[in-house]
Amino acid sequence: MYYHWNWGILFAQEPGGSGTYLHYLLVGLAWTIATALAAWVIALAIGGVVGTLRTTDRPWVVRIGNGYVELFRNIPLLVQMFLWYFVVPELLPEALGDWIKQIPPPWGSYIPAVMCLGLYTSVRIAEQMKAAIQSLPRGQRYAGTAMGLTQWQTYRYVILPQAVRIILPPLTSEFMNIIKNSSVALTIGLMELTGRARSMQEFSFQTFEAYAAATTIYLVTNVVVVLGMRWLERSVRVPGLIAAEAGAH
Amino acid sequence: MGGFDWAEIQHAIPYLFKEGMTFTVTLTLLAMAGGIVFGTLLAMMRLSSYKVLSLGAGAYVNLLRSIPLVLVIFWFYFLVPYIGGWITRSSSPIQVGAFASAVITFTMFEATYYCEIMRAGIQSIPRGQVWSGYALGLDYWQTMGYIVLPQAFRNMIPVLLTQTIILFQDTSLVYVISATDFLGAASKVANRDYRLVEMYSFVAVVYFVISFGLSFLVKRLQTKIAVIR
Repeated sequence: MYYHWNWGILFAQEPGGSGTYLHYLLVGLAWTIATALAAWVIALAIGGVVGTLRTTDRPWVVRIGNGYVELFRNIPLLVQMFLWYFVVPELLPEALGDWIKQIPPPWGSYIPAVMCLGLYTSVRIAEQMKAAIQSLPRGQRYAGTAMGLTQWQTYRYVILPQAVRIILPPLTSEFMNIIKNSSVALTIGLMELTGRARSMQEFSFQTFEAYAAATTIYLVTNVVVVLGMRWLERSVRVPGLIAAEAGAH
Repeated sequence: MGGFDWAEIQHAIPYLFKEGMTFTVTLTLLAMAGGIVFGTLLAMMRLSSYKVLSLGAGAYVNLLRSIPLVLVIFWFYFLVPYIGGWITRSSSPIQVGAFASAVITFTMFEATYYCEIMRAGIQSIPRGQVWSGYALGLDYWQTMGYIVLPQAFRNMIPVLLTQTIILFQDTSLVYVISATDFLGAASKVANRDYRLVEMYSFVAVVYFVISFGLSFLVKRLQTKIAVIR
């Protein structure tokens, strides 16, 4: 049994003429990050709002929030990707749907991928937001009410500033999930890192070099994200809390 | 495009379930069984006092959890034939079908998640349980097999099942190696008849009903187990 190793392939020209295979993969990483970041903005905005609304005292608002979470949590990501790419343009008014279908690549895949990943991840963030708010001592809310704050003001000045700091560590792993999950977008034609590793394998037949390179790039990206988030946690922590004490040593 | 064609769905149902759903469910059950066994072994290795075992298992778990599942599927799809060829001392990579490849991939991948669950489960057992096992003259495997693992497993049943629901959804990714799972079957019909809206909407509804139903059952089981303890 014999496999012809050739690590030099990374520095060979890729057939598209854009440069070396390594460069080709790194452009893929750029697409992965561009997808993940745009989706992250959507996920944070919607997830933060939905998670907060699910802790309010309005039963209907809570019920709608729960329904939203269940809907996006119980359908596989790949199926959601197909829904955004193939089904949504058909359900819209014809003129708008046709316009969407004519968006040139890569944006034609990028936009549905971002929408899909954004809403998919928003549900997980909503869950964490809700858990963070519920982990705060009940007295915090009562104190707000006792001081004459409205529910909105209690959330704005008492609950949310604490909750946001609590969910920072779990958000790190969610951000790494969104980077990993963006690889599913290769099924709708987005040439991100995994997609490019696959086409590198198809062009060059150097299967293991292509996947090993992509794996290494993902690992390095993870390390950078973890370090960045650790720095962010340190810079926003509240002095005096247990988490802050633990982080100080 | 025309209206929503219900007849198309009705027509495809036997194929979707007989071919596709059978593949998906079989894959889920095999990967769950294999994943829990291998995951438990990994958890025992991670908790072992032998540095080689704990570091090795830790590296395996962290590596697989740091890269996308799609990439893991590609890795195993190409790696398994080579490893097979190496084991059987054949001169060329052996033939491995999409199903076998998927079972191996998901077993190896989900084991890393089951490992972390079982590790938490084992760590939740009071130390005294282990000591009493040794005091009775049991060896490591007996203490694990008769005392620690049954309790750890029981405590973790709801979490293990929740992970299995995630596994059930994740199996749809075998689409990338052109396997005919539930989604793959629907996708074949959708592209043949150009009925993408009908097929993908139907697939989404079916996945939703099954996953939602199962998580509802797990939640009920969780309260039941909690009451007994």
